[in-house]
Amino acid sequence: MSSRPANILPGFGLSFGYASLYMSLLVLIPLAGLGLKTSNLSWDQFRNTITNPHVMAAYKLSFSAALAAALLNGVFGTVIAWTLVRYRFPGRKFFDAIIDLPFAMPTAVAGLTFGDLYGYVPLLARTADAQPWTFEIYGLYGLDVRDWCRVTVMLTFVGLPYVIRSIQPILQDWDMETEQAAMSLGAGPATIMRRLIAPEIWPAWISGVALAFARGVGEYGSIIFIASNIPGLSQIAPQLILDRIYDPIDPEKKIAAATAIAVVMLIVSLIVLLLLNGLDYLSRRHRA
Amino acid sequence: MKKNIRTLLVSAVSALTLGSSLFAQTKLLNVSYDPTRELYEEINQAFAADYQAKHGQKPELQQSHGGSSKQARSVIDGLSADVVTLALGADITAIEKAGLIDAGWQAELPFNSSPYTSTIVFLVRKGNPKGVSGWADLIKPDIKVITPNPKTSGGARWNFLAAWGYAAGVAGRDLGDSAQLEAAVKAGKDATAFPVETNAAAREFVTKLFKNVPVLDTGARGSTVTFAQKNVGDVLITWENEAYLALAEYGKDKFEIVNPSVSILAEPPVAIVDKNVDSKGTRAVAEAYLKWLYTPEAQDIIGANYYRPRDTAALKKHAGNLPPIKLFTIDEVFGGWGRAQGAFFSEGGVFDQIYKTNQ
Repeated sequence: MSSRPANILPGFGLSFGYASLYMSLLVLIPLAGLGLKTSNLSWDQFRNTITNPHVMAAYKLSFSAALAAALLNGVFGTVIAWTLVRYRFPGRKFFDAIIDLPFAMPTAVAGLTFGDLYGYVPLLARTADAQPWTFEIYGLYGLDVRDWCRVTVMLTFVGLPYVIRSIQPILQDWDMETEQAAMSLGAGPATIMRRLIAPEIWPAWISGVALAFARGVGEYGSIIFIASNIPGLSQIAPQLILDRIYDPIDPEKKIAAATAIAVVMLIVSLIVLLLLNGLDYLSRRHRA
Repeated sequence: MKKNIRTLLVSAVSALTLGSSLFAQTKLLNVSYDPTRELYEEINQAFAADYQAKHGQKPELQQSHGGSSKQARSVIDGLSADVVTLALGADITAIEKAGLIDAGWQAELPFNSSPYTSTIVFLVRKGNPKGVSGWADLIKPDIKVITPNPKTSGGARWNFLAAWGYAAGVAGRDLGDSAQLEAAVKAGKDATAFPVETNAAAREFVTKLFKNVPVLDTGARGSTVTFAQKNVGDVLITWENEAYLALAEYGKDKFEIVNPSVSILAEPPVAIVDKNVDSKGTRAVAEAYLKWLYTPEAQDIIGANYYRPRDTAALKKHAGNLPPIKLFTIDEVFGGWGRAQGAFFSEGGVFDQIYKTNQ
């Protein structure tokens, strides 16, 4: 490919070499290791591990809360990005700067702070109520309502920057004249939003939501401080992975079980990410 | 030129390794569990002074704390601990199985390699508003109990087994008395059947108990924070020393300790990590360190930190804080840690089953 005359800048060989080495060392080889460890289990053992009721409940909690948090961030992240780009108000620069805070803050600290701060909000307090209040909705059936809310709020915090930082540059580079032209042609604010701005930020929005979701699925440090961590009711999947890693009886098999839980998380995350990207692809084809 | 560089490199490397074997051989890392932070700070200081007086060299002591099982895992994964002082034998056995500790470690030092013991007591709010006087109160419907998750916390496993033993009707003995301790040790060695493990009343009791637990933290310290700082729950089941520490830290006007009628003798063991001390050349100082834990001076520090000393004189001296409680051992009732871990806390064990029937 480097010999193709269309390539103006030289150096494809070198840069591709670096890129693939980097990806292999950091992503592909560890992933292969994960698969290898899991393959220590027979198919039946694998199925028993991942269909264990506590594991299933943890999957439900981890994925549903991460998705809900990502969508919440999708809505409010858009509003925040819009406010920051379109309006001038005192303290704007400050607001803009603190959005990245969730990236920098150790999540355990965030979990403790949230626990203290919202300990008085009925739905968010890690309460003294020992009797679980469970969902009756299919899909979330059996999970604790309050813990689900707590985990979702925590994951919303953790995923906050992604949507904002994804769509902010697009809004910033937005050419106001396009909008003015549309207005002069008689388009109202709703039409401008729907026909001009939304299609423009949509791909970035999707990728922001996807990133926030992926981040939420793997979060551990803050959640164990804010959820009640009761098996089958309010445990997240990463905690069950750790339970198995720390199990001293038959450690080889337990670590294989831990990786099995992780592999399923990876596969489901991958499917969700593909679906989100597929949504983007469909909308592009639709417009083309 | 090339050769020169190589010589230089070789000499640099050999200087480094030589240097480390000359000077770093008294640098010790003690990997321990959560609540021993304060204890080992004091022990390390006293030991360093003592060792310097005897050998003219001041050892450099480092400590690391965390959930017991997590710490064991870290050592297996390469944390170069010279000695481990963990919450329970099962965690050290896990390191042994990974090939880092030689078999038979538990017989190397007196008292099953446990220089101190502890037990499980209750911490309640000042004035004991819910009138908690013993285990039986913990399953009343209006009581909320705080205990950590036995999957990740060593302390939580002791809590669980103490409750189980009580409910199965195990009598316990006064183990501060050496004759009774010997009898208990003998009973542990002779025991061949462990009917308590499948006791139906115990299972029902513990199931009810965990229905009253609103939050399962991952470690003993986490549960203390939940109970003391966040004001969740009526009773905290915890290590005796952790309960006293909470009194000291949060104020005696806020909490009080309730001693149950019977509890378990927790024997947190210590061991040398053979592979690490041999490669680092620290075996001598590591052995001196662990042996020193049995000296009267160390035993006094242990008592002052609310652990139960093995030394009867030290135990008597601190008896005001460490009143006699009827205790049973894990060996005589549950057949030791290997067996208890598999039956109760491993994947699919009793703890997992309890939460299955809860739903």
